[in-house]
Formats: sequence, structure tokens, C-alpha cells
Amino acid sequence: MALAQQSSPHARRARSTSNVMLWVMLASLPGLLAQVVFFGWGNLINVIWCMALAVGAEAAMLRLRKRPIKFFLRDNTAAVTGLLLGLSLPPLVPFWVSAIAVLAAIVLAKQLYGGLGSNPFNPAMVGYALVLISFPVAMTTNWAEPGLLWENAPGLWDTLNIIASGQQSAVDAFTMATPLDHYKHNISSRTATEVLQHPTFGDGVAKGWEWVNAGFLAGGLLLLWMRLITWHIPVSFLAGLAIMSLAFGSNADLYAPLSMHLLAGGTMLGAFFIATDPVSAATSHQGKLIYGAGIGVLIYLIRTWGDYPDAVAFAVLLMNFAVPFIDYYTPPRTYGHHKPRRGLPGKNQG
Amino acid sequence: MTQLWDFSGGIHPAENKHLSTTRPIEQASLPERLILPLQQHIGAPAEACVAVGERVLKGQTIARVPGSVGVPVHAPTSGTVEAVSMHPVPHPSGMSDWCIVLTPDGLDEWAERDPIADYHSMDRDAVLERIREYGIAGLGGAGFPTNIKLRPPKDRKVSTLILNGAECEPYITADDMAMRERADEIVSGLRIMAWILRPERCVIAVEDNKPEAIEALKKATENTQTEVVVIPTKYPSGGEKQLIQILTGMEVPSGGIPADIGVMCQNTGTAIAVSRAIHRDEPLISRVTTITGRAVSNPGTFEVLLGTPVEHLLKQAGLDEQQLHRLILGGPMMGYTLETPGVPVVKTTNCVIAATAEELPAPPPEQPCIRCGMCAEACPMELLPQQLFWHSKAGEFEKAEHLNLFDCIECGACSYVCPSSIPLVQYYRAAKGEIRIQQAEHLKADRARERFEARQARLEREQQEKEQRKKDRAKAAAEAQAKKQAEAERAEAEGQPADDRAAKSTLVEEALARKKAKAEKAAASEAPTPTAPEAPDLEALEKQLSQATAKLNTMQSMLEDAKAENADNVEKLERAVAKNHDRVKRAEQALAEARN
Ligand code: SF4
Ligand code: SF4
Repeated sequence: MALAQQSSPHARRARSTSNVMLWVMLASLPGLLAQVVFFGWGNLINVIWCMALAVGAEAAMLRLRKRPIKFFLRDNTAAVTGLLLGLSLPPLVPFWVSAIAVLAAIVLAKQLYGGLGSNPFNPAMVGYALVLISFPVAMTTNWAEPGLLWENAPGLWDTLNIIASGQQSAVDAFTMATPLDHYKHNISSRTATEVLQHPTFGDGVAKGWEWVNAGFLAGGLLLLWMRLITWHIPVSFLAGLAIMSLAFGSNADLYAPLSMHLLAGGTMLGAFFIATDPVSAATSHQGKLIYGAGIGVLIYLIRTWGDYPDAVAFAVLLMNFAVPFIDYYTPPRTYGHHKPRRGLPGKNQG
Repeated sequence: MTQLWDFSGGIHPAENKHLSTTRPIEQASLPERLILPLQQHIGAPAEACVAVGERVLKGQTIARVPGSVGVPVHAPTSGTVEAVSMHPVPHPSGMSDWCIVLTPDGLDEWAERDPIADYHSMDRDAVLERIREYGIAGLGGAGFPTNIKLRPPKDRKVSTLILNGAECEPYITADDMAMRERADEIVSGLRIMAWILRPERCVIAVEDNKPEAIEALKKATENTQTEVVVIPTKYPSGGEKQLIQILTGMEVPSGGIPADIGVMCQNTGTAIAVSRAIHRDEPLISRVTTITGRAVSNPGTFEVLLGTPVEHLLKQAGLDEQQLHRLILGGPMMGYTLETPGVPVVKTTNCVIAATAEELPAPPPEQPCIRCGMCAEACPMELLPQQLFWHSKAGEFEKAEHLNLFDCIECGACSYVCPSSIPLVQYYRAAKGEIRIQQAEHLKADRARERFEARQARLEREQQEKEQRKKDRAKAAAEAQAKKQAEAERAEAEGQPADDRAAKSTLVEEALARKKAKAEKAAASEAPTPTAPEAPDLEALEKQLSQATAKLNTMQSMLEDAKAENADNVEKLERAVAKNHDRVKRAEQALAEARN
């Protein structure tokens, strides 16, 4: 009788990384649905395109790095990176812009750093930031005009054409600056009430955007409820943003109001799906609180005083930089110890 | 309502306890042979005190521990000692150890018994000694001798005595069933321990998934001071540190013992054993063990004689060998796999799981850590398992230690939740092992360094002494020189050529020659007239002798040093000493001749 020899524990929870990633994808569906309903087919096409390309690029890189392809593809993380890019890029952005973003994410930010688990920066955000810097026009002018899918948006075929051709002139008819962008550029010369007359804001906070954010919020809550993410990063992220907005931007005639910060940009997607990427986030609870709050604060600073309309990507990347530092100073206090053991061996033993 | 605290982390694995709680505790049948390891406790192994072929009675001591740390082994039933031999024993490494093999005769004949009517009238130390004599070592954990645990360091007062009936690991139901059926014995054992320790508070803690046990204990503790505290089911609530935190809100200091904060935990099975030792005069010869898993058709909880081979129990529980995939001793979280079912049940064996491949499947291949932090969420010790893993794997043991690797209780909660199916605990164990080896080597190196330093100090001291001696000698030589100078001056004044230092070696010859000439002269003239010029010669000879002797001494001590240091000039020195020795001899001779 050959008995299996195995080190304890013998039982394990049936929840694999592939599974976690699958749930992340599923949880993004409400947000994606809202994007399609209010901004047309663009995001869906982007999502499919980016995911396919991401998986392909990952496989190619694994092959080049002589790693088992099937084994690593199964973890679904490349698909999630593609998904996140598809969800955050402008819906009508030319296909080659998203392709560059995806390749940068998978090849540069992930595989060249050693693959899953070894990347210090959030791959999707590296890709996003790269194209935002390189192609600012394409990245700011290709936001679809909000409207209901079945009313005035371009059809599936037209959308495909726009994305595939990358012809700026073909797009203009369907695009509109994002609400945050619009607000920022017009508030200096007008009052809040006047600015808000613009159709991009609709009747609520920001037409369509509010639903997209609500969708990602719902998906995020699902992830929280399933304990696939912890509350620390999303809550501190939103709190950081809210506190900054209340402290510095309470005058709507000067700065975008809090409601717009929370519901008009990529805020919820960022808070629940992007900043929570575990690989590039801080580790301990305390560290996650600092990390999330840092992103929230930076988003506000960049949106308000920076040159870019939305700021999730830069804020996340900047905080990625800070992660080793945060981790260094925020170890948890172990049971039976008076103080947490900070820093490196030999210092501040507690 | 007693106030309860929560511990951080923890998990809720599938319990699977219902498998083995359907029937009351069943007496396991008598096996053909009982295999009794000499070491079933922490401490020195026991030594057999019976001869092969000897008939022993039930309860008779068959092995004793020579020192003070360790407990004896008793015959679980009457029979014949068949052998004292090496046999596989329950151990994670699958090792073999010395065992007494006993063939039961089926008579189950007791040795003479002598129950204590009233232990209250006894000395506490006598009761503790009896607990040791009766072979009791913690039945819940590692088998620490109970008498030692019940005597905490003098400066530690135990104010809270906790009986740990949490039994938080899946599958295991030994304590649960014992609490249901033997609540009175548990309480009586607890009372004895409380009498020894005199705590302010006595608590029996049970997880809320054991309502029958709770009911029985509540009944048994009616009208007593003992509290039965129901704690929420969460693994590892039965870990000593976690249970203490749940019940008192306090944490055992890292590296310390519960008594440091006035707490002691004992296992319910240990309480039963203590009660039986005192009230029934029964040494620890059997225990309650769960035999479960889906590879046995009739899982249950059994009263098992110590030494019963696991395979015998599996047979009784209806093992389907075709189905058996993994055999685990202990629970699925912290137990270890057996290489052979031939190992015996010992004092610490609380559960045997015969698992099928579907039940506890082989883990999927390890994926990279995605730093998801689920392990940290689950860790009851508030460690950073992912960082510990990272450093352990990279061999950065110093960093792992800095992150409190040694506070890890190896509960397995982190591995259980890890979505990348990384065998984290395995890495920690390996790292701890490595560090222990390194520490041992360090210690060895330290000792060697100490020895080296001590030797260095000794050599230095000797060197100093030597220099001192040299100085002394130099002084003496200078004095001698001065004296000699004076003499020489005097001699010069008397018209004799002054002898310089170089004459030292030739002086003897000269003296001898002179002596010879004088003797010849004397012999020729037959006129032995010792005259004044003879006197300085004698003095010179004396001085010569003393100088030669001093030199010989120096050479000799140098030679000894050289020998001690194993220097390569030993041979040269030896020759020099021999030469000096001759010189001294000659000087002595010359002097003696001169004096004649
Ligand atoms: S649970 Fe596993 S994958 Fe997640 S952080 Fe811990 S070790 Fe890494
Ligand atoms: S095995 Fe160690 S690191 Fe893992 S959860 Fe338990 S105490 Fe924490």
C-alpha cells in the first residue's frame, strides 16, 4: 500500500488564483454593461481586443522565457490585465493605441520583471500611462458621447470601423470630452451652473458615468463580500479622494465637486479593481490604508492641478513606487510582541 | 456571560466531525501485540525495567526515566514481554525508536492497586510525583510531562486554569466524545489540578459546535466555581495562544510561557488521566482516539490501549485498502502523514484519518505568490506569511526571523487559504530547521572561538611570564656581570688578564687546564700548596656553573613552551638543552674537582 506523503496542512480551500481572477472578471460585468449601454460598443470591443492580445502576448513571452505556457496562462492574470485596459481606455480609441498599451503592460511591466508576482508596477496602469503620455490626443478625444446604446450611439459595425481605422475625423461626430475634463477647462470662465448645462453632465452628476461607476461599485462590493479583496484599499482610496475634495474643492465654482470626483471618472474602477491589484499593492492592513489613501489624494491633486483629466493610472503608479517604503514601515504587530518589528533585521527589535 | 475576545485571522475549514460522533466511545479490540515506545513524552527516553520473556501485569511499570524530565511507561494489559527492539514510531520523519513489544495473554490481570482515598491530606509534591509515576504527559499536544507543567516557575502564579476542550481541528472528535461521556472524570481531574495550582479561575472552553459536550460539562460543573465557556468555532481556537487570547484578552509574550501571564492550559484528556491516576490508581495505559476518514466504513471514536498498532484499529473501523490514499496522524491541518500503518497509538495520538484521494486530494502545483494577502488575513499570529515565504524561499533567514518566523505556530491556516496553493508551512519548517542548524553551528563556532580566545589569553599570559622571567634573568645577569666586572678589575689589579664575557665557555677548560697543570705540578713537586691565585678560579667556576644552570633552565622552559605550541624549533631547542645540560655537568665536575 503506497501511502501518499505530504506536509501539513492536508486540507485546503478550493479557491485558486485562476478562480479569483475569474471572479474579478465576472465582477466587472455590471460596469462593462453600463459602459456599453451609455457609451456604445467601444468598450466591449476594446475589452475583447485587449484580452485576446494580452493572452497572446503572455503566451509569446512565456515561450520566449521558456516557461510552461499552459500552466501560467491558467492563472488568468493576463486576461484580467487586458480586461482592465479595455475597461479604462477611451471607447473609441484606435486599435493600435490599445495594442501598444497591452503590449507595454504584458511585455514591459509584467514579463520582463519576471512574470506574475514579481512586477512592482500595476501592468495595466503602466500600459495606460504609456499611451496617455505618448498619444495624448487620441487618449483625450476618443471618449464617446454619452447616450443610450439603442438611441444615438454608432452601431457595432460603425464602432468597429472607427476603432480599426483610427481616423480621427470619423470619430469626432460621436465623441465628447469627459465630464471631468470639461468641467476643469470651463470652470475658470464660467459658474458651476453654467458649466453643468453641457450635455455631458446630463441630469445627474455625469450622464452615463454615474451608472458606470455604480456598476463597478456593485462589482467591487461583490468582491468584498466574497472576501476576494479587503476593504482597506477601496475605502481609504475613496476617503482620501473625498477628504481632499472637501478640504480644497468645496467651492463648485472653482473646482469639480466631490460627487463628480466619485462618480464621473474612473474612480470606482480604480478603487475596487485597479488599486486592489495585490501584486503591486502594500501588504499589511495599515500599509494598505496608507497605499489606498495615497492614491486617493494623488488622484485629487493630479485631476485638480495636473495636466491630465483623469489620474488613476499616475496615482497608482506613483504609489507603486512607494510600496516598498510603506511595507518597510508598516509591518503588523505579531501576537505576543509589544511593538511591530519595523525595517530590517537588527533595527528596532520589538 | 463571560466576556470573550477574538483572535485575528482564523479559518473555517470543513469540519467532518459528524463522521465519528454517531456512536458512543467504543472499546478497541485487543491486538496480538502491543508496541510501546520508550519515548512518548518530551524529555529523556524511558529505560526498560523488565526482561524479555518476563510476564507483566496490567498497570505494571515496564520502563522508567532515569532523570527528572520524563514519565514512565506501563503495561496496558497483562502479558509477556516479547522483545525490546527498534520499531517504527509515530513521528513526522517516519523514524524508528526503541519499543517494548508486549504479547497480551488476554487475562487483563491487574497489578496490585492502591487508590488514594483523599488526596487533600497528601503533600502536593506527593500528588505531583504520583502524576509522574503514573505516566501522564499532555494528551493534547506534544506530550509534555504533566507533573512538570503543573509546577510552574516559583515566581509565576497561575491565576487562570484553562481546560482546553476546543478541539478546533476538523475530523478529530476524541475530546468531544470524552467530554460527552466522561464529563465527571474531567471535572474531577480539573479539581485535582486546581488543588495543586490554586488558581482564582477555572475554565473549561469548548467550541460551540459541540452542544452535547457543553451540555454534559455544564451538568458536571453545576454548583461549582468552574465555568464552562462556549467559544465560537474558528480554527485554530484550540491553539494554546489563541485560546488564552479568547478567554482572557491577553497574549502570551513571544518566547514566553502562559504562566508568564498567569495562565495555564491543560487538555481534557489529561484531566481524565489525572483523575484516574489519583482516584482509581490507574496509570496512563489507554486513551480515546478517533479513527475516521472516508476510507473506513465504520469511523468512530475508540478507547484504545496504548501500543495498539494503527493498522489494527483501521481494520476494526472497516478500512478499504483500495480507497486509502493518505494516512494522517492527527488532524488535517497540523497532523502528519504516516509511512506505515504499523506504528502504534501513543499517549499523544488523538486521531487517525484514513483519507481517500477525493477527500484530501493532492495539492495542485504551486503557482507564483500574487501577494493577495489572504494568508495574512488568515494568520492567527498576525504574521506576514507571504513575506515569510518570500524570505524563506530566498534563503534570507535573517529577514524571515526578523519578521518573527519563530512565532509561527505552524497552524496551516495560511497554506489552507493560499489561492496559489503554495505549501507555505513547509517552507517555514524548512527555514526554521535551517536556522536551527545555523544556530547550532554558530554556537559551535562561538564555543570554538571562546576556546581559541582562552588559549590566546593563556599564551599571552605565558608570554608575559616568560618576559618577566627574562627580565629577572637579565637583571640577575647584569648583577652578575657587575660583580664579575668588579672581580675582573680586582684581578687586573692583581695582574691577571681580565676575562671577558666570551671566556664564559672557555673558562671551564682553562680552569680545568690550570687545575690539571696544577695537579701535575703538585704531583711532580709533591707540594700541594693551595695559593691565592687559585681562589678566583674557584669563584669563576661557581659562577660558571650558576650561569650554565640558569641557561639550561631557560632553554628547558623554552623547549616546554615550544612543545606546547608545537613550534617547529623544538628539535633545535632539544639539542640546545642537551648541550647546555652537558655544559652544566661539566661545570659541576670542574667545580667539584676544583674543590677537591
Ligand atoms: S495567500 Fe498565497 S498567493 Fe496570496 S499572498 Fe499569501 S502566499 Fe501569496
Ligand atoms: S502557519 Fe504560521 S504563518 Fe501560517 S497562519 Fe499559521 S501561524 Fe500564521
